[in-house]
Amino acid sequence: MAKQYKAAGEEAWKNNVEKVNAELFIFTYGSLVVQLMRDYEDCAAVNAQLDKMGYNIGVRLADDILARTSLERCADLHATAEAVAKVGFKMFLNVVPAVVGWSADSREFSLQLDDNPLNDFCELPPRAVQDGLWYSNVLCGVVRGALEMLHMQTEVWFVRDVLRGDDASEIRVRLVRMLDEEVPAGDD
Amino acid sequence: MQASNLLKLDTRASKRSNMLLEQSLAKPRRDKVSLGAFAFLFAEIIRYSQNRVLGIQDLEAKLNELGKRVGVRVFELLMWREKNVHRETRVLPTLMFINTVVWRALFDKQADSLGHSTENDDEYMITDNEPSILKYISVPKEMASFSPGAFLAGVVEAIVEGCQCPARVTSHLVPADGMPLKTVILLKFSQEVME
Repeated sequence: MAKQYKAAGEEAWKNNVEKVNAELFIFTYGSLVVQLMRDYEDCAAVNAQLDKMGYNIGVRLADDILARTSLERCADLHATAEAVAKVGFKMFLNVVPAVVGWSADSREFSLQLDDNPLNDFCELPPRAVQDGLWYSNVLCGVVRGALEMLHMQTEVWFVRDVLRGDDASEIRVRLVRMLDEEVPAGDD
Repeated sequence: MQASNLLKLDTRASKRSNMLLEQSLAKPRRDKVSLGAFAFLFAEIIRYSQNRVLGIQDLEAKLNELGKRVGVRVFELLMWREKNVHRETRVLPTLMFINTVVWRALFDKQADSLGHSTENDDEYMITDNEPSILKYISVPKEMASFSPGAFLAGVVEAIVEGCQCPARVTSHLVPADGMPLKTVILLKFSQEVME
């Protein structure tokens, strides 16, 4: 099953996706985080704003993925996790996080990012590390938003980040519940 | 307790610093990301900025500011990497540098044209018929005079500043036949540069 997603992701990246200079993207994201730090001055608020922006992106991203690949509805959270890692991340950032750390009830897993493009060229000032900035928090929002479009309400949060001196970057995803009703509009 | 925690943070953070400083800048570590990733991010940046400004000029100024931070770093990297260029310090070579080297590095193509204003001697124009980063940004009719290219203008502004030719740089959408996204980056050089 994972192999099929890997192939789908690689196919999409190779043939169905327009590309742009990675460093332009990376610097633009960095510029945004700097702007947010200036506007809010409080890392918790910046984290929240990055998550919110990510969510807005995520809800539109899901459609983009479905349009560019021929993925079918995922049978369960295991399949969804593989799709997120091997198709979603691959198609947009050309990296594939490892899906690890499944909980016993199969409702939680981790995305381990051994390579996070957003981290290139980035070093956090000690103050930011101390105050708890999760630099790539936008990714959490994106995953949360995209999964919501797939009718899953989730909590997504950063557990470890190399920018804070940890060994690897790890995002944790927890399925809260399946959504049957109409999905609410994205928040502003 | 406090002090030891700070010390712990310091050694972990310096591990990151060492790792970062050891990385080679000579070649880009990664080549591309999807245009969709950039477009989604850029659209959200515009949306965020929109909620914090009062009007189109302010919004363009915000994007310009964001672009400048990018431009500073792009310029440094290019100076470090490109073999056959040295830092230009006069207007025309700087413009040629942007038209060719910078555009090629960022967009895999040269800018479409470079022009000099007939009315104002201190104004030059760089034209891009289809800036890829603006491709998926749609501007609502009620904001017709807004040019998201202001971000690009900021990038260019940082670069000309790096070349000792400071200018006020703005972006203007000039749609033409078959080129709805045609954008002109207008550079108005400071007085001291023109002398």
